[in-house]
Amino acid sequence: MDLKLDAVTHRYGETEVLRDISLEVPSGQITCIVGPSGCGKSTLLRLLGGLEQPSAGVVRQLGAPPAGCLNALTYVFQDFALLPWRTVAGNVALVLEDHGLSDQDAIITDVLARTRLTDFADALPKQLSGGMKQRVAIARALAVKPAVMLMDEPLSALDSQTRELLMDDLVGLWTKEPFTAVYVTHNLAEAVRLGHRIVVLSRRPGEVREIVQINTPLEDRAHGDAALEAQQKYLWGLMRDEAAAADAELGHV
Amino acid sequence: MSDRVPFRGGGFAPMQVRGLGLAVFVVLIAFVEWGTRSGFISALTLPRPSDVLGTFVELWESGLLFKHLVPSLSRLFIGASMGAIVGISVGVIIGLFAYARAGLVPLVAAIFPIPKIALLPLFVIWFGIDEGSKYALIAFGTFTPTVVATYAAVDNVDRTLIRMGQSFGLTWWSIVRKIVLPGAMPGILSGLRISLTIGIILLVAAEMLGAEYGVGAYILEAGSLYDLERLFAGVVILSVLGVVLSWVIGLLERRVLRWRV
Repeated sequence: MDLKLDAVTHRYGETEVLRDISLEVPSGQITCIVGPSGCGKSTLLRLLGGLEQPSAGVVRQLGAPPAGCLNALTYVFQDFALLPWRTVAGNVALVLEDHGLSDQDAIITDVLARTRLTDFADALPKQLSGGMKQRVAIARALAVKPAVMLMDEPLSALDSQTRELLMDDLVGLWTKEPFTAVYVTHNLAEAVRLGHRIVVLSRRPGEVREIVQINTPLEDRAHGDAALEAQQKYLWGLMRDEAAAADAELGHV
Repeated sequence: MSDRVPFRGGGFAPMQVRGLGLAVFVVLIAFVEWGTRSGFISALTLPRPSDVLGTFVELWESGLLFKHLVPSLSRLFIGASMGAIVGISVGVIIGLFAYARAGLVPLVAAIFPIPKIALLPLFVIWFGIDEGSKYALIAFGTFTPTVVATYAAVDNVDRTLIRMGQSFGLTWWSIVRKIVLPGAMPGILSGLRISLTIGIILLVAAEMLGAEYGVGAYILEAGSLYDLERLFAGVVILSVLGVVLSWVIGLLERRVLRWRV
Protein backbone atom coordinates (compact mmCIF):
# COMPACT_ATOMS: atom_id res chain seq x y z
CA MET A 1 0.00 0.00 0.00
CA ASP A 2 1.31 3.44 -0.94
CA LEU A 3 0.49 6.75 0.65
CA LYS A 4 0.03 9.90 -1.37
CA LEU A 5 -0.21 13.51 -0.28
CA ASP A 6 -2.08 15.71 -2.73
CA ALA A 7 -1.39 19.44 -2.42
CA VAL A 8 -1.65 19.34 1.34
CA THR A 9 -1.65 22.64 3.20
CA HIS A 10 -2.06 22.90 6.96
CA ARG A 11 -2.59 25.84 9.27
CA TYR A 12 -2.81 26.23 13.02
CA GLY A 13 -5.04 29.30 13.29
CA GLU A 14 -3.25 32.02 11.32
CA THR A 15 0.07 30.20 11.11
CA GLU A 16 0.66 28.19 7.98
CA VAL A 17 2.83 25.22 8.88
CA LEU A 18 2.79 23.21 5.66
CA ARG A 19 2.26 24.60 2.16
CA ASP A 20 1.22 22.68 -0.92
CA ILE A 21 2.96 19.41 -0.20
CA SER A 22 2.63 16.67 -2.79
CA LEU A 23 4.50 13.53 -2.00
CA GLU A 24 4.36 9.82 -2.53
CA VAL A 25 5.38 7.17 -0.05
CA PRO A 26 6.14 4.04 -2.09
CA SER A 27 5.67 0.72 -0.38
CA GLY A 28 8.62 -1.35 0.71
CA GLN A 29 10.84 1.68 1.21
CA ILE A 30 11.81 3.96 4.03
CA THR A 31 11.07 7.58 3.26
CA CYS A 32 12.89 10.00 5.54
CA ILE A 33 11.62 13.50 6.14
CA VAL A 34 14.18 16.03 7.34
CA GLY A 35 13.98 19.75 7.87
CA PRO A 36 14.83 22.52 10.30
CA SER A 37 13.03 22.55 13.62
CA GLY A 38 9.47 23.81 13.46
CA CYS A 39 9.09 23.08 9.75
CA GLY A 40 6.07 20.87 10.31
CA LYS A 41 7.71 17.44 10.02
CA SER A 42 5.76 15.99 12.91
CA THR A 43 2.56 17.67 11.73
CA LEU A 44 3.07 16.02 8.35
CA LEU A 45 3.34 12.65 10.07
CA ARG A 46 0.16 13.26 12.07
CA LEU A 47 -1.63 14.13 8.83
CA LEU A 48 -0.34 10.95 7.19
CA GLY A 49 -1.72 8.77 9.96
CA GLY A 50 -5.05 10.55 10.29
CA LEU A 51 -4.43 11.99 13.74
CA GLU A 52 -5.03 15.40 12.23
CA GLN A 53 -6.97 16.68 9.23
CA PRO A 54 -5.25 18.90 6.65
CA SER A 55 -6.66 22.40 6.13
CA ALA A 56 -6.55 21.82 2.38
CA GLY A 57 -5.63 18.92 0.13
CA VAL A 58 -5.99 15.19 0.79
CA VAL A 59 -3.99 12.28 2.06
CA ARG A 60 -4.76 9.11 0.13
CA GLN A 61 -4.06 5.41 0.56
CA LEU A 62 -3.33 3.72 -2.73
CA GLY A 63 -4.07 0.03 -2.89
CA ALA A 64 -5.17 -2.32 -0.15
CA PRO A 65 -3.16 -2.99 3.01
CA PRO A 66 -1.45 -6.40 3.12
CA ALA A 67 -3.36 -9.44 4.34
CA GLY A 68 -3.56 -9.81 8.11
CA CYS A 69 -2.94 -6.11 8.67
CA LEU A 70 -4.70 -4.94 11.84
CA ASN A 71 -3.77 -1.26 11.79
CA ALA A 72 -2.65 0.05 8.41
CA LEU A 73 -1.02 3.27 9.63
CA THR A 74 0.96 2.61 12.77
CA TYR A 75 3.05 5.07 14.74
CA VAL A 76 6.30 4.72 16.62
CA PHE A 77 6.57 7.68 18.98
CA GLN A 78 9.61 9.59 20.14
CA ASP A 79 8.64 9.16 23.80
CA PHE A 80 7.83 5.44 23.33
CA ALA A 81 4.27 5.81 24.72
CA LEU A 82 4.38 2.53 26.65
CA LEU A 83 1.86 1.88 29.40
CA PRO A 84 3.97 1.86 32.57
CA TRP A 85 1.55 -0.51 34.34
CA ARG A 86 1.84 -3.22 31.70
CA THR A 87 4.72 -5.59 31.10
CA VAL A 88 6.55 -5.73 27.78
CA ALA A 89 4.28 -8.55 26.59
CA GLY A 90 1.26 -6.72 28.01
CA ASN A 91 2.11 -3.59 26.07
CA VAL A 92 2.22 -5.58 22.85
CA ALA A 93 -0.99 -7.39 23.81
CA LEU A 94 -2.76 -4.05 24.31
CA VAL A 95 -2.96 -3.37 20.58
CA LEU A 96 -4.10 -6.93 19.76
CA GLU A 97 -6.75 -7.47 22.43
CA ASP A 98 -9.51 -5.57 20.65
CA HIS A 99 -9.25 -7.87 17.63
CA GLY A 100 -10.06 -11.09 19.50
CA LEU A 101 -7.36 -13.11 17.75
CA SER A 102 -6.85 -16.76 18.54
CA ASP A 103 -3.11 -16.56 17.80
CA GLN A 104 -2.45 -13.47 19.93
CA ASP A 105 0.20 -15.20 22.04
CA ALA A 106 1.97 -16.51 18.94
CA ILE A 107 2.12 -12.99 17.47
CA ILE A 108 3.54 -11.59 20.70
CA THR A 109 6.16 -14.33 20.89
CA ASP A 110 7.11 -13.71 17.27
CA VAL A 111 7.53 -9.92 17.48
CA LEU A 112 9.40 -10.13 20.77
CA ALA A 113 11.77 -12.63 19.17
CA ARG A 114 12.27 -10.38 16.15
CA THR A 115 13.18 -7.44 18.39
CA ARG A 116 15.26 -9.70 20.68
CA LEU A 117 13.07 -9.00 23.72
CA THR A 118 11.99 -12.56 24.47
CA ASP A 119 13.82 -12.62 27.80
CA PHE A 120 12.19 -9.38 28.90
CA ALA A 121 8.57 -10.29 28.21
CA ASP A 122 7.60 -9.94 31.87
CA ALA A 123 9.61 -6.79 32.66
CA LEU A 124 7.92 -3.47 33.38
CA PRO A 125 8.89 -0.43 31.27
CA LYS A 126 10.50 1.28 34.26
CA GLN A 127 13.03 -1.55 34.42
CA LEU A 128 14.13 -1.05 30.81
CA SER A 129 16.68 1.29 29.26
CA GLY A 130 15.57 3.85 26.68
CA GLY A 131 16.77 1.72 23.79
CA MET A 132 14.87 -1.32 25.06
CA LYS A 133 11.73 0.76 25.54
CA GLN A 134 11.88 1.86 21.93
CA ARG A 135 12.38 -1.74 20.85
CA VAL A 136 9.21 -2.64 22.74
CA ALA A 137 7.42 0.15 20.89
CA ILE A 138 8.76 -1.19 17.58
CA ALA A 139 7.65 -4.71 18.54
CA ARG A 140 4.21 -3.33 19.33
CA ALA A 141 4.08 -1.62 15.93
CA LEU A 142 5.18 -4.80 14.13
CA ALA A 143 2.53 -6.83 15.97
CA VAL A 144 -0.33 -5.16 14.08
CA LYS A 145 1.37 -5.86 10.71
CA PRO A 146 1.21 -2.25 9.57
CA ALA A 147 1.04 -1.23 5.93
CA VAL A 148 3.05 1.89 6.73
CA MET A 149 5.05 2.63 9.87
CA LEU A 150 5.02 6.27 10.81
CA MET A 151 8.09 6.95 12.90
CA ASP A 152 8.27 10.29 14.71
CA GLU A 153 11.91 10.90 15.64
CA PRO A 154 12.03 7.41 17.17
CA LEU A 155 15.67 7.64 18.20
CA SER A 156 15.82 11.26 19.34
CA ALA A 157 15.29 10.48 23.01
CA LEU A 158 18.21 8.05 23.05
CA ASP A 159 21.93 8.55 23.53
CA SER A 160 24.14 8.29 20.45
CA GLN A 161 25.47 4.81 21.19
CA THR A 162 22.02 3.34 21.70
CA ARG A 163 20.96 5.15 18.55
CA GLU A 164 23.65 3.35 16.53
CA LEU A 165 22.55 -0.01 17.92
CA LEU A 166 18.91 0.67 17.18
CA MET A 167 19.70 1.80 13.64
CA ASP A 168 21.41 -1.55 13.10
CA ASP A 169 18.31 -3.23 14.50
CA LEU A 170 16.04 -1.33 12.12
CA VAL A 171 18.26 -2.16 9.16
CA GLY A 172 18.23 -5.81 10.25
CA LEU A 173 14.45 -5.83 10.53
CA TRP A 174 14.05 -4.20 7.14
CA THR A 175 16.46 -6.52 5.30
CA LYS A 176 14.76 -9.59 6.77
CA GLU A 177 11.31 -8.36 5.88
CA PRO A 178 11.06 -5.03 4.02
CA PHE A 179 8.48 -2.69 5.52
CA THR A 180 7.16 0.67 4.43
CA ALA A 181 7.99 3.56 6.70
CA VAL A 182 7.92 7.31 6.92
CA TYR A 183 10.74 8.29 9.18
CA VAL A 184 10.79 11.85 10.51
CA THR A 185 14.07 13.01 11.99
CA HIS A 186 16.21 16.08 12.44
CA ASN A 187 19.29 13.88 12.50
CA LEU A 188 20.86 13.73 9.04
CA ALA A 189 23.07 10.76 9.94
CA GLU A 190 19.92 8.73 10.65
CA ALA A 191 18.37 9.91 7.40
CA VAL A 192 21.28 8.84 5.17
CA ARG A 193 21.60 5.56 7.04
CA LEU A 194 17.97 4.47 6.90
CA GLY A 195 16.34 6.40 4.07
CA HIS A 196 15.82 5.10 0.56
CA ARG A 197 14.46 8.54 -0.20
CA ILE A 198 15.07 11.67 1.79
CA VAL A 199 12.57 14.49 1.57
CA VAL A 200 14.02 17.85 2.58
CA LEU A 201 11.50 20.37 3.84
CA SER A 202 12.09 24.10 3.96
CA ARG A 203 11.49 26.08 7.10
CA ARG A 204 7.98 27.17 8.02
CA PRO A 205 5.75 27.07 6.10
CA GLY A 206 7.21 23.71 5.17
CA GLU A 207 7.49 23.01 1.46
CA VAL A 208 9.28 20.16 -0.30
CA ARG A 209 12.67 21.56 -1.18
CA GLU A 210 14.29 18.55 -2.67
CA ILE A 211 13.98 14.79 -2.71
CA VAL A 212 17.27 12.92 -2.53
CA GLN A 213 17.44 9.30 -3.59
CA ILE A 214 20.09 7.07 -2.04
CA ASN A 215 20.67 3.89 -4.00
CA THR A 216 23.16 2.08 -1.76
CA PRO A 217 21.32 -0.91 -0.22
CA LEU A 218 20.58 -0.39 3.49
CA GLU A 219 22.72 -3.31 4.62
CA ASP A 220 25.80 -1.91 2.84
CA ARG A 221 25.65 1.45 4.57
CA ALA A 222 28.17 1.36 7.36
CA HIS A 223 28.83 3.88 10.07
CA GLY A 224 31.33 6.44 8.72
CA ASP A 225 30.90 5.46 5.05
CA ALA A 226 32.51 8.15 2.85
CA ALA A 227 29.72 8.24 0.27
CA LEU A 228 27.14 8.63 3.01
CA GLU A 229 29.17 11.37 4.63
CA ALA A 230 29.12 13.19 1.31
CA GLN A 231 25.33 12.81 1.08
CA GLN A 232 24.98 14.05 4.60
CA LYS A 233 27.14 17.05 3.80
CA TYR A 234 25.05 17.79 0.77
CA LEU A 235 21.84 17.65 2.82
CA TRP A 236 23.32 19.89 5.46
CA GLY A 237 24.28 22.36 2.73
CA LEU A 238 20.63 22.43 1.68
CA MET A 239 19.39 22.98 5.20
CA ARG A 240 22.06 25.06 6.88
CA ASP A 241 20.81 28.55 6.10
CA GLU A 242 17.21 27.62 6.69
CA ALA A 243 18.04 26.02 10.00
CA ALA A 244 19.89 29.14 11.10
CA ALA A 245 16.96 31.33 10.05
CA ALA A 246 14.46 29.03 11.78
CA ASP A 247 16.54 29.13 14.92
CA ALA A 248 16.50 32.93 14.98
CA GLU A 249 12.74 33.10 14.54
CA LEU A 250 10.55 34.28 17.41
CA GLY A 251 8.00 31.83 18.63
CA HIS A 252 4.34 32.54 17.98
CA VAL A 253 2.39 33.05 21.15
CA MET B 1 44.76 26.11 48.97
CA SER B 2 43.55 22.64 49.77
CA ASP B 3 40.20 23.07 51.47
CA ARG B 4 37.90 20.15 51.26
CA VAL B 5 34.89 20.80 48.97
CA PRO B 6 31.91 21.19 51.31
CA PHE B 7 29.01 18.76 50.85
CA ARG B 8 25.92 20.68 49.79
CA GLY B 9 23.66 17.94 48.49
CA GLY B 10 21.96 16.89 51.74
CA GLY B 11 18.28 16.97 52.60
CA PHE B 12 15.16 17.13 50.39
CA ALA B 13 15.40 13.44 49.57
CA PRO B 14 12.55 11.30 50.91
CA MET B 15 13.81 8.90 53.53
CA GLN B 16 12.08 6.06 55.33
CA VAL B 17 12.15 6.51 59.10
CA ARG B 18 10.72 3.50 60.87
CA GLY B 19 9.08 3.68 64.27
CA LEU B 20 9.29 7.44 64.75
CA GLY B 21 5.53 7.86 64.38
CA LEU B 22 4.99 5.27 67.09
CA ALA B 23 7.57 6.94 69.32
CA VAL B 24 5.70 10.27 69.11
CA PHE B 25 2.53 8.53 70.34
CA VAL B 26 4.36 6.79 73.16
CA VAL B 27 6.09 9.94 74.37
CA LEU B 28 2.87 11.98 74.27
CA ILE B 29 0.85 9.36 76.16
CA ALA B 30 3.63 8.82 78.69
CA PHE B 31 3.74 12.58 79.28
CA VAL B 32 -0.02 12.77 79.93
CA GLU B 33 0.16 9.74 82.21
CA TRP B 34 2.97 11.32 84.19
CA GLY B 35 1.16 14.69 84.31
CA THR B 36 -2.11 13.27 85.59
CA ARG B 37 -0.38 11.11 88.19
CA SER B 38 1.79 13.92 89.51
CA GLY B 39 -1.13 16.35 89.61
CA PHE B 40 0.50 18.59 87.02
CA ILE B 41 -2.59 17.99 84.86
CA SER B 42 -5.89 18.04 86.76
CA ALA B 43 -8.38 15.19 86.37
CA LEU B 44 -10.87 17.64 84.84
CA THR B 45 -8.48 18.61 82.06
CA LEU B 46 -7.53 15.21 80.74
CA PRO B 47 -8.30 11.65 81.76
CA ARG B 48 -5.47 9.39 82.80
CA PRO B 49 -4.41 7.21 79.81
CA SER B 50 -4.32 4.08 81.97
CA ASP B 51 -7.92 4.75 83.04
CA VAL B 52 -8.92 5.16 79.41
CA LEU B 53 -7.27 1.84 78.70
CA GLY B 54 -9.17 0.33 81.63
CA THR B 55 -12.46 1.64 80.21
CA PHE B 56 -11.52 0.21 76.88
CA VAL B 57 -10.83 -3.22 78.35
CA GLU B 58 -14.18 -3.05 80.16
CA LEU B 59 -15.85 -2.13 76.89
CA TRP B 60 -14.25 -5.12 75.24
CA GLU B 61 -15.08 -7.56 78.00
CA SER B 62 -18.71 -6.51 78.27
CA GLY B 63 -19.12 -7.01 74.52
CA LEU B 64 -20.34 -3.43 74.21
CA LEU B 65 -17.38 -2.55 71.99
CA PHE B 66 -18.69 -4.64 69.12
CA LYS B 67 -22.25 -3.59 69.79
CA HIS B 68 -21.11 -0.05 69.01
CA LEU B 69 -18.41 -0.81 66.46
CA VAL B 70 -20.28 -3.18 64.15
CA PRO B 71 -23.12 -0.79 63.25
CA SER B 72 -20.61 2.05 62.86
CA LEU B 73 -18.41 0.03 60.55
CA SER B 74 -21.31 -1.17 58.43
CA ARG B 75 -22.62 2.40 58.10
CA LEU B 76 -19.18 3.63 57.12
CA PHE B 77 -18.68 0.78 54.68
CA ILE B 78 -22.02 1.10 52.93
CA GLY B 79 -22.11 4.90 52.91
CA ALA B 80 -18.51 5.40 51.85
CA SER B 81 -18.71 2.70 49.17
CA MET B 82 -21.77 4.34 47.65
CA GLY B 83 -20.14 7.76 47.76
CA ALA B 84 -16.84 6.52 46.36
CA ILE B 85 -18.35 4.44 43.54
CA VAL B 86 -20.71 7.18 42.38
CA GLY B 87 -17.98 9.77 42.90
CA ILE B 88 -15.41 7.91 40.81
CA SER B 89 -17.96 7.28 38.05
CA VAL B 90 -19.06 10.92 37.92
CA GLY B 91 -15.44 12.08 38.12
CA VAL B 92 -14.44 9.89 35.17
CA ILE B 93 -17.43 11.14 33.17
CA ILE B 94 -16.48 14.76 33.92
CA GLY B 95 -12.90 14.01 32.94
CA LEU B 96 -13.92 12.44 29.62
CA PHE B 97 -16.79 14.56 28.34
CA ALA B 98 -16.61 18.30 27.80
CA TYR B 99 -20.39 18.69 28.25
CA ALA B 100 -20.40 16.83 31.54
CA ARG B 101 -17.51 18.98 32.70
CA ALA B 102 -19.17 22.24 31.71
CA GLY B 103 -22.44 21.18 33.31
CA LEU B 104 -21.31 19.42 36.46
CA VAL B 105 -18.14 21.13 37.68
CA PRO B 106 -20.00 24.26 38.88
CA LEU B 107 -22.57 22.03 40.57
CA VAL B 108 -19.88 20.06 42.38
CA ALA B 109 -18.18 23.31 43.39
CA ALA B 110 -21.50 24.50 44.79
CA ILE B 111 -22.11 21.31 46.76
CA PHE B 112 -18.55 20.91 48.06
CA PRO B 113 -18.54 23.69 50.72
CA ILE B 114 -21.94 22.81 52.18
CA PRO B 115 -21.41 21.22 55.60
CA LYS B 116 -23.24 17.98 54.90
CA ILE B 117 -24.25 17.70 58.57
CA ALA B 118 -26.44 20.74 58.05
CA LEU B 119 -28.46 18.70 55.58
CA LEU B 120 -29.11 15.82 57.99
CA PRO B 121 -32.69 16.92 58.83
CA LEU B 122 -33.40 16.94 55.11
CA PHE B 123 -31.91 13.47 54.71
CA VAL B 124 -34.03 12.24 57.61
CA ILE B 125 -37.14 13.34 55.74
CA TRP B 126 -35.91 11.91 52.43
CA PHE B 127 -34.44 8.63 53.59
CA GLY B 128 -36.00 7.95 56.98
CA ILE B 129 -34.77 8.37 60.54
CA ASP B 130 -32.86 5.09 60.69
CA GLU B 131 -29.98 3.79 58.55
CA GLY B 132 -30.99 5.40 55.26
CA SER B 133 -30.26 8.96 56.29
CA LYS B 134 -26.90 7.96 57.78
CA TYR B 135 -25.84 6.17 54.60
CA ALA B 136 -26.92 9.19 52.58
CA LEU B 137 -24.98 11.63 54.75
CA ILE B 138 -21.76 9.60 54.56
CA ALA B 139 -22.22 8.90 50.85
CA PHE B 140 -22.86 12.55 50.10
CA GLY B 141 -19.87 13.66 52.13
CA THR B 142 -17.44 11.25 50.46
CA PHE B 143 -18.92 11.90 47.02
CA THR B 144 -17.72 15.47 46.44
CA PRO B 145 -14.02 15.12 47.30
CA THR B 146 -13.92 11.86 45.32
CA VAL B 147 -15.37 13.56 42.24
CA VAL B 148 -12.86 16.41 42.39
CA ALA B 149 -9.88 14.08 42.93
CA THR B 150 -11.03 11.74 40.16
CA TYR B 151 -11.54 14.27 37.41
CA ALA B 152 -8.25 15.95 38.28
CA ALA B 153 -6.60 12.51 38.05
CA VAL B 154 -8.22 11.83 34.67
CA ASP B 155 -6.99 15.23 33.44
CA ASN B 156 -3.49 14.23 34.45
CA VAL B 157 -3.39 11.02 32.44
CA ASP B 158 -0.56 11.24 29.92
CA ARG B 159 -2.16 12.49 26.67
CA THR B 160 0.51 10.81 24.57
CA LEU B 161 -0.72 7.44 25.84
CA ILE B 162 -4.28 8.25 24.82
CA ARG B 163 -3.06 9.41 21.40
CA MET B 164 -1.13 6.16 21.11
CA GLY B 165 -4.30 4.19 21.87
CA GLN B 166 -6.19 6.11 19.19
CA SER B 167 -3.43 5.64 16.65
CA PHE B 168 -3.61 1.88 17.13
CA GLY B 169 -7.34 1.98 16.57
CA LEU B 170 -8.31 0.85 20.09
CA THR B 171 -12.00 1.14 20.83
CA TRP B 172 -13.16 4.03 23.00
CA TRP B 173 -14.04 1.65 25.79
CA SER B 174 -10.62 -0.01 25.63
CA ILE B 175 -8.90 3.37 25.88
CA VAL B 176 -10.96 4.27 28.95
CA ARG B 177 -10.53 0.89 30.62
CA LYS B 178 -6.90 0.15 29.80
CA ILE B 179 -5.33 3.62 29.59
CA VAL B 180 -7.43 6.29 31.33
CA LEU B 181 -8.51 4.37 34.43
CA PRO B 182 -5.13 2.82 35.34
CA GLY B 183 -3.45 6.14 34.61
CA ALA B 184 -5.84 7.97 36.91
CA MET B 185 -5.54 5.36 39.67
CA PRO B 186 -2.80 7.09 41.73
CA GLY B 187 -4.85 10.30 41.91
CA ILE B 188 -8.07 8.43 42.67
CA LEU B 189 -6.48 6.52 45.54
CA SER B 190 -4.98 9.61 47.14
CA GLY B 191 -8.40 11.25 46.81
CA LEU B 192 -9.94 8.25 48.58
CA ARG B 193 -7.61 8.78 51.51
CA ILE B 194 -9.20 12.19 52.09
CA SER B 195 -12.79 11.26 51.34
CA LEU B 196 -12.79 8.18 53.59
CA THR B 197 -11.48 10.26 56.48
CA ILE B 198 -14.29 12.73 55.87
CA GLY B 199 -16.56 9.67 55.90
CA ILE B 200 -15.47 8.85 59.46
CA ILE B 201 -16.15 12.41 60.62
CA LEU B 202 -19.64 12.33 59.10
CA LEU B 203 -20.31 8.89 60.53
CA VAL B 204 -19.80 10.23 64.04
CA ALA B 205 -21.90 13.31 63.30
CA ALA B 206 -24.75 11.17 62.00
CA GLU B 207 -24.65 8.88 64.99
CA MET B 208 -24.64 11.80 67.38
CA LEU B 209 -27.87 13.03 65.88
CA GLY B 210 -29.87 9.92 66.49
CA ALA B 211 -28.59 6.40 66.96
CA GLU B 212 -28.85 3.95 69.79
CA TYR B 213 -25.59 2.17 69.03
CA GLY B 214 -22.49 3.36 67.27
CA VAL B 215 -19.21 5.00 68.21
CA GLY B 216 -20.77 8.45 67.76
CA ALA B 217 -23.67 7.66 70.07
CA TYR B 218 -21.23 6.27 72.62
CA ILE B 219 -19.12 9.43 72.55
CA LEU B 220 -22.16 11.69 72.78
CA GLU B 221 -23.49 9.81 75.80
CA ALA B 222 -20.09 9.93 77.53
CA GLY B 223 -19.78 13.63 76.76
CA SER B 224 -23.15 14.54 78.20
CA LEU B 225 -22.25 12.71 81.42
CA TYR B 226 -18.82 14.34 81.39
CA ASP B 227 -17.29 10.88 81.54
CA LEU B 228 -13.88 11.73 80.13
CA GLU B 229 -12.52 8.16 80.25
CA ARG B 230 -15.32 6.85 78.04
CA LEU B 231 -15.19 9.91 75.82
CA PHE B 232 -11.51 9.31 75.17
CA ALA B 233 -12.01 5.59 74.71
CA GLY B 234 -14.45 6.50 71.93
CA VAL B 235 -12.07 9.01 70.41
CA VAL B 236 -9.28 6.43 70.42
CA ILE B 237 -11.52 4.03 68.50
CA LEU B 238 -11.99 6.71 65.83
CA SER B 239 -8.25 7.41 65.62
CA VAL B 240 -7.52 3.71 65.28
CA LEU B 241 -10.19 3.48 62.58
CA GLY B 242 -8.49 6.33 60.72
CA VAL B 243 -5.06 4.73 60.99
CA VAL B 244 -6.40 1.36 59.83
CA LEU B 245 -8.14 2.93 56.83
CA SER B 246 -5.01 4.79 55.83
CA TRP B 247 -3.02 1.57 56.18
CA VAL B 248 -5.50 -0.34 54.03
CA ILE B 249 -5.28 2.29 51.29
CA GLY B 250 -1.50 2.23 51.55
CA LEU B 251 -1.62 -1.53 51.05
CA LEU B 252 -3.95 -1.10 48.08
CA GLU B 253 -1.63 1.52 46.59
CA ARG B 254 1.34 -0.75 46.89
CA ARG B 255 -0.53 -3.57 45.17
CA VAL B 256 -2.22 -1.57 42.42
CA LEU B 257 0.58 0.91 41.78
CA ARG B 258 3.49 -1.51 41.76
CA TRP B 259 4.40 -0.20 38.31
CA ARG B 260 5.30 3.22 39.63
CA VAL B 261 8.92 4.16 40.12
